[in-house]
Amino acid sequence: MIAPRSRLLVTAALLAALPSAALPAQEVDRSHPPTLPPPPTLRVPAVETATLPNGLELAVIEMHKVPVVDVTLLVGAGTVSDPDDLPGLATFTANMLQQGAGSRGALDIADEAAYLGASLNTGAGFDAATASLHVPKRRLGPALDLLADVVLRPTFPDTEIARQRDLRRAQILQQRDQPVAMANVAFAAIVFGATHPYGRPASGTETSTAALNRDRVLQFYQAYYRPNTTRMLVVGDVTLNEAKRLVAARFGGWARGEAPPPPTASAPAAAARSIYLVDKPGAAQSVVRIGQIGVSRATPDFFALEVLNTILGGSFTSRLNQNLRETHGYTYGANSQFAMRRLAGPFVASASIVTAKTDSALIEFMRELRRIRDEAVPQAELAKAKAYISLGLPAEFETTQGAARQFSNLLLYDLPLDYYGTYIPRINAVTAADVQRVARQYLDPDHFAIVVVGDRSKIEAGLQALHEGPIAYRDMWGQIAP
Amino acid sequence: MKAAVTVWRSGATAAGIALAVLLLAAVPPTRLAAQALRVPYQTFTLPNGLKVIVHEDHSVPIVTVNTWYHVGSSDERPGRTGFAHLFEHLMFMGSEHVPTGQFDQLLEAAGGDNNGSTTEDRTNYWENGPSSSLELMLYLDSDRMGFLLPEITPPKVDLQRGVVQNERRQSYENQPYGLAQENILQRLYPADHTYHWPVIGSMVDLNAASIEDVQQFSRTYYTPSNATMVVAGDVTLRQVRPLVERYFGGLARGPAVTRTPPPAVSLPADVYATLEDRVQLPRVYDTWHTVKGFAPDDAGLEVLGDILAEGKASRLYKRLVYELQIATQVAAFQDAGRIDGKFEIFATARPGHDLNELARVIDEEVRSLAESGPTPREVERVQNSIEAGFLGRMERVGSFGGKADQLNYYDYLVGTPDYFQRDLDRFRRVRPADVQRLARDYLLRAHRVVLSVVPAGHTELAATEGASR
Repeated sequence: MIAPRSRLLVTAALLAALPSAALPAQEVDRSHPPTLPPPPTLRVPAVETATLPNGLELAVIEMHKVPVVDVTLLVGAGTVSDPDDLPGLATFTANMLQQGAGSRGALDIADEAAYLGASLNTGAGFDAATASLHVPKRRLGPALDLLADVVLRPTFPDTEIARQRDLRRAQILQQRDQPVAMANVAFAAIVFGATHPYGRPASGTETSTAALNRDRVLQFYQAYYRPNTTRMLVVGDVTLNEAKRLVAARFGGWARGEAPPPPTASAPAAAARSIYLVDKPGAAQSVVRIGQIGVSRATPDFFALEVLNTILGGSFTSRLNQNLRETHGYTYGANSQFAMRRLAGPFVASASIVTAKTDSALIEFMRELRRIRDEAVPQAELAKAKAYISLGLPAEFETTQGAARQFSNLLLYDLPLDYYGTYIPRINAVTAADVQRVARQYLDPDHFAIVVVGDRSKIEAGLQALHEGPIAYRDMWGQIAP
Repeated sequence: MKAAVTVWRSGATAAGIALAVLLLAAVPPTRLAAQALRVPYQTFTLPNGLKVIVHEDHSVPIVTVNTWYHVGSSDERPGRTGFAHLFEHLMFMGSEHVPTGQFDQLLEAAGGDNNGSTTEDRTNYWENGPSSSLELMLYLDSDRMGFLLPEITPPKVDLQRGVVQNERRQSYENQPYGLAQENILQRLYPADHTYHWPVIGSMVDLNAASIEDVQQFSRTYYTPSNATMVVAGDVTLRQVRPLVERYFGGLARGPAVTRTPPPAVSLPADVYATLEDRVQLPRVYDTWHTVKGFAPDDAGLEVLGDILAEGKASRLYKRLVYELQIATQVAAFQDAGRIDGKFEIFATARPGHDLNELARVIDEEVRSLAESGPTPREVERVQNSIEAGFLGRMERVGSFGGKADQLNYYDYLVGTPDYFQRDLDRFRRVRPADVQRLARDYLLRAHRVVLSVVPAGHTELAATEGASR
């Protein structure tokens, strides 16, 4: 196809006015990278807040570049509130919100959302259930009507409960095909134990799924879905007054209620380092998870841990990725993270390793996990990690969904809304000694759980020869394998 | 777009990949927007042939450099499948003035990120970072465009060969149904068609790649005249142009790239095949040959795909998953590249159901659309969702599927970088009668490849010719 003439002509005219500033190529000094100007300052979008009479807290961030609006409701109905006998209830209830609400059936809700060009999602994480909407500004009103139906007036029809329950059973069956999902479920169960809220499978088990019914869903919904346990974030092409008016008209009548407080749970004592092998015959790779219980989001060491993890496994040039991928070629990528939640979440280092190199890769994993404790981080590496975090922050606020993600975290964990104003100086204040201190405090290689999902017949001998601990055999749920 | 076959360099998290696929797979909206979609740009071309497109967006102090080399897996020669993607990995292994590892080290130290990906048609590279990092990005990209070969040694090729082979294991071999696509392609396209093999390539061919292949590929395709670079974000043309001239002006133009037109594709009869895999549940794939991207029927075929299987209100989801409850999931989409396109439907059975049951319902729904067409509301619903997707893709400048990447996409496929509104208009013009005609001509009356992926030892679950259709 042909470019429009008019645009090309306009462009040519503009370019003719430019000075000819090109240096001859031979004068380019390639011997060292260019010296860069000072970085731009972070511009964090402003947050405004309001509270409705029923206790619903509203935060609004204006972003007017593109006529879209992103709405997130964070409800205190996460998987931590799952009853002990029914893991998976929180995620199931969140999913059921969309299967019938107000006068609409499941298919009507899906049809209406798509017709409005709206992405409507409901789900449950560990610490909160979320209901979210991403929609062109022009359809915001009717899309909020739909969201309000789903959150305030779900009908939970028996037929839909049965339908979703059956679908979930098939999906749980399919987890057996997904070694990454298997490794994550097994790792959580092994590290936290089956009774801790972070040790249970978020999507439930075969047994718990079979036991789901309307009464349990309704009880859970009525107990936990309340305005006074909910925070709402609106980001995009709206003003506070406009958002307040739209939200109050739809969510103002939502009745308060006394929700049970989020559970407290004590972490189980860490076992001595062991290898937990989940057999996956024929697997081309071994999926590896190494770690233990880490820290909560409220940790005073947040910034030092951010820097630590960036160095260890949080970026492409991190030690784990450089070693396992770029030096040895054992994997397509290796990484680590401290998952910080209301309660202490896991620290976990991860990779998928070519089967024949499973043992060699574990040697390198352990080498890096010990080295970052034993040796202070060199200044250049520290500086690079701090720059990567602090200079990369502005990009996190580019899109409505990006900004929503950043501020949801503050709302979810009761952090002040001006948090990002001091983020960069606090990262920049982290020293090599801080990094080593938190590495020693929060990484305890003597008590790592090393979970490997792979072909036992090919990797077991190599794992035994490592002498990194006894081998225990587990199933995909992390339970003792028969 | 060729989203289903994009192969990434790395790094991306699962969520990141899912997002990128989503962004590329759907298509960029305006009845929902008050004004027309516009991405203003300015362009210039260096004497060596490098075309540069500059888009200013001052909303956030970041910049992205997005370079498309007009080479992909369809430029590979027999026995070297997967090579274009392996080459993409080598582009991060250092160049004459940038020692191995420094590309990433320097960028991260400046607050930047990067990645690359390969499809059948093109290979793209991007760097994102604070606006202050622009000159560094241009320094790094120009060095690997002009001075790569002195630094590429056999051990570096071996190392990235290992990484890529692990990518194949992680993303294909160790994924349920992960080998379906390559089994479909080899049956849909004749052996001498350049879409006959998957972008990731075969293990055997990856093993055969040599340093001489790298040298020849670089000299042929990795030249300024075979690339287009978009610089976008909080920068100005006045700032960008002198820097581009400084760093890229001295690089030598490459030879003109010539390509043989692909052979005609025809399926004289339906092709049935069964693949045994380590899966719990069987899945059936129907694939038809269609048209290339931006051909007159391309947008209508995308709308057809969404009417069939996008969301719970779609026809196949409603029948297979919701009402009959014989499938766990279903998908349908037009997948169109620069040279050619295909239409695919796949559905996964629930326990206790075989693929003939699913295939029968798929055929009924295709026939119903071909005979009666969709309702106006169905078409409008799909158009509204597509339009919202266009709008969503106006928010981000960089990475896969951001504005810079889309400017390069349109420039390469249709020759006009700011084609956003006209692309959306293609979808808005689709009428129910068009969808009906497309279902009839491209699906109902055409032959297809039917691939059944079944649990090992359970070929009795496969779709069989004549049983259903």
